Amino acid sequence: MTKENETILETSNVKLWYGKKEALHGIDLDFPKKGITALIGPSGSGKSTYLRALNRMHDLEDNVTVTGSFNFMGQDIYAPTMDTVELRKQIGMVFQQPNPFPFSIYDNVAFGLRLSGVKDKAVLDKAVEESLKAASIWDEVKDVLGKSALGLSGGQQQRVSIARVLATQPKLLLLDEPTSALDPVSAHNIEDTLLELRDKYAMIIVTHSLSQASRISDRTAFFMNGDLVEVGDTRKIFINPKKQETADYISGRFG
Amino acid sequence: MNAKTADKVATGVIYAIAASVALVLVAMLAFILARGLPHLSWHFLTGAARSFEAGGGIGVQLFNSFYLLILAMLISFPIALGAAMYLNEYAKPSLFISIIRTAIEVMSSLPSVVVGLFSFLIFVVKFHFGFSILSGAIALTIFNLPILTRSIETSLSQIPNLQREAGAALGLSRFETVIHIILPAAVPSIVTGVVISAGRVFGEAAALIYTAGQSAPTLDFGDWNPFNLASPLSPFRPAETLAVHIWKINSEGIMPDLSAVSAGASAVLIIVVLLFNFSARRLGTLLYKKLTNS
Repeated sequence: MTKENETILETSNVKLWYGKKEALHGIDLDFPKKGITALIGPSGSGKSTYLRALNRMHDLEDNVTVTGSFNFMGQDIYAPTMDTVELRKQIGMVFQQPNPFPFSIYDNVAFGLRLSGVKDKAVLDKAVEESLKAASIWDEVKDVLGKSALGLSGGQQQRVSIARVLATQPKLLLLDEPTSALDPVSAHNIEDTLLELRDKYAMIIVTHSLSQASRISDRTAFFMNGDLVEVGDTRKIFINPKKQETADYISGRFG
Repeated sequence: MNAKTADKVATGVIYAIAASVALVLVAMLAFILARGLPHLSWHFLTGAARSFEAGGGIGVQLFNSFYLLILAMLISFPIALGAAMYLNEYAKPSLFISIIRTAIEVMSSLPSVVVGLFSFLIFVVKFHFGFSILSGAIALTIFNLPILTRSIETSLSQIPNLQREAGAALGLSRFETVIHIILPAAVPSIVTGVVISAGRVFGEAAALIYTAGQSAPTLDFGDWNPFNLASPLSPFRPAETLAVHIWKINSEGIMPDLSAVSAGASAVLIIVVLLFNFSARRLGTLLYKKLTNS
């Protein structure tokens, strides 16, 4: 584990209830400032639920209660004074389904900046280009920036969605199964994009694909039944796990 | 009879039933248009109605219909939009919400003549609005509101939740998400709904007989001050619409060319309503293309 001052987010004793049903039973997990952490585990293990607690997406639902401590660069994510709008600008999220807005590619990427008051065309142009380059899709769309993002392929849409998040310059990127709705080639492109970003951003990715986790992540956390079973360097988790459940899951004996 | 033959017979029967529905519409349209079209002329469309002699037109009635439609839409659209936004984007299941939903359902099934009589008692008599465009516009609003609210709500609910999550994840408040993402995405379908309901409002008669009244005073089309009673824009003047005119002359008209006027007016009414319906979808598609640049 990295030193204290190199973590971007520390969570401890995270519990979450859907109504009266406890879905997370006290998760302690820290994330370093750079690199990819993969959350793996069978369906219903709580990994997505945990991920969505990190940028308070559960606020959109009724009946969800979250407790525990969340220290994001010295700020308490669940503090009553926390501005979720500001928080979500710092903690960006990419979803399972590509979800570009029904606007042009340019407008999609510029959206977050425009909303926070940026009007200068030159600034927007630069941010759009940089974000699309960072998401490895600039070369494919640079001549059609005025076209609707809905006309792109699924994989391209997902990279535009990533560019849209990057444009707001988040410190931490949450990815909720970002490739599971895509074909293998598109999924591969997204993985390449994430690897490119690995040195600049802290990323947490929920994935059902063990091979994806082993290819792109630096650290892996294994969830089961609402508990964190084991966390460590990806290589160690895959080659020499400490817990029997982890070994069983990774060798495909269940889940 | 084996399954294959049964299937063929069933398909044929269902096909015939569906065709007969379309046939009813086509037959009705053909009948109305065949009777009415020969009487249409510029003079008929713009001229004043005559009570006792032949050669009257429907100019004022036609204008009244459009003016009432616009006023009714101006009143009902913002209310319907607000209600639909609340119901679809904000409301959580509660007693209050189920009361609102029931109210909308009941309102949408109220017979329009009842809406008309209610508006007559409240607005015309009690509030002293008199037989006026204003009373008529309010009656049409009551008639239109539930249907429009539901149609807008349906348009909003068709926008996938992914878009709301994407908005939230980008740091938008709920209101910002609705205004900047959900509404623009829903505009084409909202417009389609508005235009179709405009067709319904345009052809409505029963709600107007006792509210906007059955007389069409001559208008001075040179006077656009809404506070003069002779001005076409005055909301305080009585205003017989096209649909009411058709009803009126058929029940008590005594002009010699009664059937010709009635047939011509009906044809105009049908044509306008058809135009609304046909343009609705086209407008929606056009807007969608424009908004998405596709």
